[in-house]
Amino acid sequence: MNPAAAARRVLLAAGLPLALLGLWWLASADSQSFYLPPLRDILTAFADTWLGGRLADDVLPSVVRLLAGLAVATVAGVGLGVLIGSSPRLRATLEPVLEFLRAIPPPVLVPIFILVAGIGTTMKVLVIVSGCLWPILLNTVEGVRARDEVLEDTCRAYGIRGTARLRHLVLRSASPQILTGMRQALAIGIILMVISEMFAASSGLGFTIIQFQRGFAIPEMWSGILLLGLLGVALSLAFRGFERRALAWYHGLRRAERGPS
Amino acid sequence: MSKTLEVRGLRKVYQGPGRSVEALADLTFSVAASELVCMVGPSGCGKTTLLRCAAGLLEPTAGEVLLEGAPVAGPPPDMAVVFQEYGRSLFPWMTVRANVELPLRSKGLGGDRRRRLVTDALAAVGLEDVHDAYPWQLSGGMQQRVAIARAVAYEPHVLLMDEPFAAVDAQTRAELEDLVHSLWRRTGVTIVFVTHDIDEAVYLGQRVLVLSSSPSVVQEDLPVDLPGERDQLATRSDPRFTQLRGHVYAQIQQAKRGGGQPAPPSPEGAAAPGS
Repeated sequence: MNPAAAARRVLLAAGLPLALLGLWWLASADSQSFYLPPLRDILTAFADTWLGGRLADDVLPSVVRLLAGLAVATVAGVGLGVLIGSSPRLRATLEPVLEFLRAIPPPVLVPIFILVAGIGTTMKVLVIVSGCLWPILLNTVEGVRARDEVLEDTCRAYGIRGTARLRHLVLRSASPQILTGMRQALAIGIILMVISEMFAASSGLGFTIIQFQRGFAIPEMWSGILLLGLLGVALSLAFRGFERRALAWYHGLRRAERGPS
Repeated sequence: MSKTLEVRGLRKVYQGPGRSVEALADLTFSVAASELVCMVGPSGCGKTTLLRCAAGLLEPTAGEVLLEGAPVAGPPPDMAVVFQEYGRSLFPWMTVRANVELPLRSKGLGGDRRRRLVTDALAAVGLEDVHDAYPWQLSGGMQQRVAIARAVAYEPHVLLMDEPFAAVDAQTRAELEDLVHSLWRRTGVTIVFVTHDIDEAVYLGQRVLVLSSSPSVVQEDLPVDLPGERDQLATRSDPRFTQLRGHVYAQIQQAKRGGGQPAPPSPEGAAAPGS
């Protein structure tokens, strides 16, 4: 990409957010409302609130718990998904139960997790896992089921069995769906990260925002919401970068199939 | 000559809900060591079923397949398969080199030996300079070359090819036919080549087995008495080639009409090779 085109892309991507911020700035500049302070105040509060020690004390633990929950959900979801996707009988047996469990909104499980795991880190990670597991699990099942039968025959004909087959055939052919599931799980995970910190917590981004609200520190509260949004964007960009690398073959294959053959 | 591959009384019935389809009725034939046998038959005659049974990928309803005297119960390590769907039989997430190398890893070969086999096989199919490309970056013909290289590197005693060139254009097909023929002459591997293309069968084979319509039997076992060296121009304009092709064509037409009728008289001159 030449520099001009790159600049144009950046402008295109950043243009609307900047315009909206500008609009917010102008519209709120003379605001006298206690609950809708001027953006100027919010941004000042942002720098004062977050760029000190809070980033390490409150934001980092939240993000670590989110990533831990995602990691556990990915390992469990992919592991179970491979088992269920490989066995039609297991799938038929488990499907009604899975549909039921998936339909339960994870926040209602928080009281149960508090009973079981207390109010510490374990509970918060469990809440995140309970929501992130399903998209990963169900997408993995679909991905594993949809593997190509010619590739399956190829593996059998060439003696590719056991872990080699799992690694080179099953997981790789399900990887586009697994990553789709992880992307959905990331969005759910951020929501649950905040929710888990609104109950019985003493640190974390969600906890801090609630604290500000209860203490009528309204610009600080708004700055926390801004930070959450920015965090979501950053995580999703990072994930997209990871996906682009991991699935380079997939996007290339799709382009080759679409192109003139 | 010793029999490398023996198929005895092979029968395959697909059991579906409420109905069953008999694909193979009763197939018996054998392939000698270092022979190149082509199998043709009307479309839908169970060629692929036969090949999958021979490869140990499909369990026959009755009968057996012997590879060098041992019954085939699953895919044997001395057999390699080239599938028709080249685009689906190569791993799209692996480079060309990794695709050719993976079966050798499963065989437990050491790194040096693997590297040498991969390099030699890719050179043998004329793909020295695409080791690091992905299959989908290559043309269809090149992808099938990769699949052939993978089979060659595996060092099989028997190579089964299931309509390998059905999906490539005519010019590429001619090149690939010559590639297979020269690989066969050089390595002496036993090849069973399934095709629906009569010209291809006669051009490549030392023998052509004509299958009847489904449920199939071997309708005719025809030796191809053309010179060992095959050439797209010379062989295809050889009157004997035309004669054999016409004979196989008539056989297949008859197979379509009547199913497994007994073979008509041999083509003129078949009893006296070299005439």
